[in-house]
Amino acid sequence: MSSVIFLVDHTAGKVAKATGELATFAKSIGESVAVVFASNPAEIISQLNTFSIDKVITVSGDWDRNGPAVIADGLAQIISAKKPSAVLITSLASGKEIAGRVAVKTGSGIITDAIGVDKDLITTQSVFGGSTTVHASVITGTPIITLRSNSIEPVLTTSSAAIEEFAVTLSDSSKLATITSATPVVKGGRPDLTEASVVVSGGRGTNGDFKPVEALADALGAAVGASRAATDAGWYPHSHQVGQTGKTVSPQLYVAAGISGAIQHRAGMQTSKTIVAINKDPEAPILEIADFAVIGDLFNVLPQATDKIIARKG
Amino acid sequence: MSMKIAICIKQVPDSWAEKKMANGVLDRANVDAVLNDLDEYAVEEGLRIVEANSPTKEAGEASGHSITLISMGPERATEAIRKALSMGADDAILISDPALAGSDALSTSLVLAEVIKKGNYDLVICGTESTDARMSVVPAMIAERLNWAQLTFAGKVKVDPAAASVEIERVTEFGNQVMNAKFPAVLSVVEKINEPRYPSFKGIMAAKKKVITTMTLSDTGLAATAVGASAAWSAVKDALPRPARGAGVKLTDEGSGGEKLVDFLVEKRLA
Ligand SMILES: Cc1cc2nc3c(=O)[nH]c(=O)nc-3n(C[C@H](O)[C@H](O)[C@H](O)COP(=O)(O)OP(=O)(O)OC[C@H]3O[C@@H](n4cnc5c(N)ncnc54)[C@H](O)[C@@H]3O)c2cc1C
Ligand SMILES: Nc1ncnc2c1ncn2[C@@H]1O[C@H](COP(=O)(O)O)[C@@H](O)[C@H]1O
Repeated sequence: MSSVIFLVDHTAGKVAKATGELATFAKSIGESVAVVFASNPAEIISQLNTFSIDKVITVSGDWDRNGPAVIADGLAQIISAKKPSAVLITSLASGKEIAGRVAVKTGSGIITDAIGVDKDLITTQSVFGGSTTVHASVITGTPIITLRSNSIEPVLTTSSAAIEEFAVTLSDSSKLATITSATPVVKGGRPDLTEASVVVSGGRGTNGDFKPVEALADALGAAVGASRAATDAGWYPHSHQVGQTGKTVSPQLYVAAGISGAIQHRAGMQTSKTIVAINKDPEAPILEIADFAVIGDLFNVLPQATDKIIARKG
Repeated sequence: MSMKIAICIKQVPDSWAEKKMANGVLDRANVDAVLNDLDEYAVEEGLRIVEANSPTKEAGEASGHSITLISMGPERATEAIRKALSMGADDAILISDPALAGSDALSTSLVLAEVIKKGNYDLVICGTESTDARMSVVPAMIAERLNWAQLTFAGKVKVDPAAASVEIERVTEFGNQVMNAKFPAVLSVVEKINEPRYPSFKGIMAAKKKVITTMTLSDTGLAATAVGASAAWSAVKDALPRPARGAGVKLTDEGSGGEKLVDFLVEKRLA
């Protein structure tokens, strides 16, 4: 059976939720092989046992010193040795860079931001802000595919995968950049924006008051997003910006409150499964893509909705 | 030490315009073309690096540093190049050849790396993403091909020409990292890094006299089979317009809008 390698994404010892999606895609294609680059692989492996994984390859080392270049170097060596039928990586910034470098190193084609990949390794992408669906496949080398979060419901099982330690020899040219310090994002109690299945976002219409947005987010167990107008004004941290130059999200539900829906904002959320908008302006472009829209003042609509959700939960 | 900086810029279809596919590739002929928004930040950062390290305030003047724009694209990409020249870059190289049509990130990075190799640059600065391809991989691929340090997604850049070193703050989903490297290095900059200047009238006039060197594929020394549509790394099977989202429900809040919103979410099993 052909094997599909996927890169386990983790920060500060915690595996990203999207890794479960990669495992599910890998398993639907062939033998699913997780690759873990970590200083303490045991800590990471213990979090993988609910995913559909047949095998784990671990590479221990200090992977936080040189950035994406060293991981790409190591991963390319594993690909040469194991000859998988495909390699899956998450579509976050570092994931795409690793994928790009691995594609160059292994002489392989690359497809980024896929939202699906089938048994024949045909990928699905949603482009131009979700207006066009593209099916494509890599035809040279080992397909290197990056997948967006929230593309598939991860299948949870109990697996007891065989573990193989793999040794790599890093080239000097992958160690040219040195990381001297790191400040991880301070995690609040809310889910991570790129992982959340529900996102509630606020824009200029909040006028700087994100309380009703946060209250609805908490009632729904959602992450909080923001338009660039809101992050530029300093109303919400930049790390919460959704859009072309912020994060791309694709949750089950996206609620846009006081956001007009400029093309750059839509580029980051248009593939959400259900879109709800609250806007005072009946002509706001966000309404064109909303499945449900309330024309009204967010300061009335959001608290009323929040109260009703809390009341329902009893 | 005087620095040689190259900035990779791309002409893209206007991101406000509606985009369509024609025969499996983006239909570029029928939309307005502009300088990739995100590359303006790269140009601005290059100018600021030069200004911060020049004895005179005027960008470039007698500083000994130079900024060369590098772009791969059709002839008419000169429009985007002129704009970046009018912001203050010194000169430009446009690689244009029918054989390059249909190039993907692998081909693009190959061509750009080949041209960069010939220029003896200390720093290459890119945007983080082209608004049409949206792959965000070209800068990393260029670093890989050149065996140069990769310092990408920079929200801050500090250059020390005397030490031939550069330090950035890398901005990612998971937090920020301070990274440094010796020259030569490939940088990409995020859009929060600066506010790109508008070209001044003087800048626009000066840009008309600046030199844009056009290169063909054979000038790069690469074979036609290595690039463009003929170097097929991946193939599009089909590209279909997504069925329009069914016309959504729109209601005006008359006092119970929030409750009706929850009814919708409950019906959809989202709350
Ligand atoms: C290079 C570049 C990159 C960009 N990247 C991004 C990006 O990543 N993400 C992004 O979001 N933007 C981005 N933008 C900016 C984008 O073009 C818009 O300016 C921005 O999205 C607007 O934010 P907004 O919708 O909150 O504000 P506005 O466009 O001002 O809209 C505010 C909306 O709130 C409504 N409103 C006001 N008061 C209320 C109320 N009390 N109740 C209900 N509704 C109310 C108004 O009717 C209006 O529709 C980018 C722009 C550029 C040039
Ligand atoms: N054809 C091109 N010519 C010059 N620079 C490019 C080209 N394509 C991409 N780049 C650079 O690479 C960055 C990332 O592009 P991409 O990987 O296509 O999203 C851009 O912001 C540019 O700086």
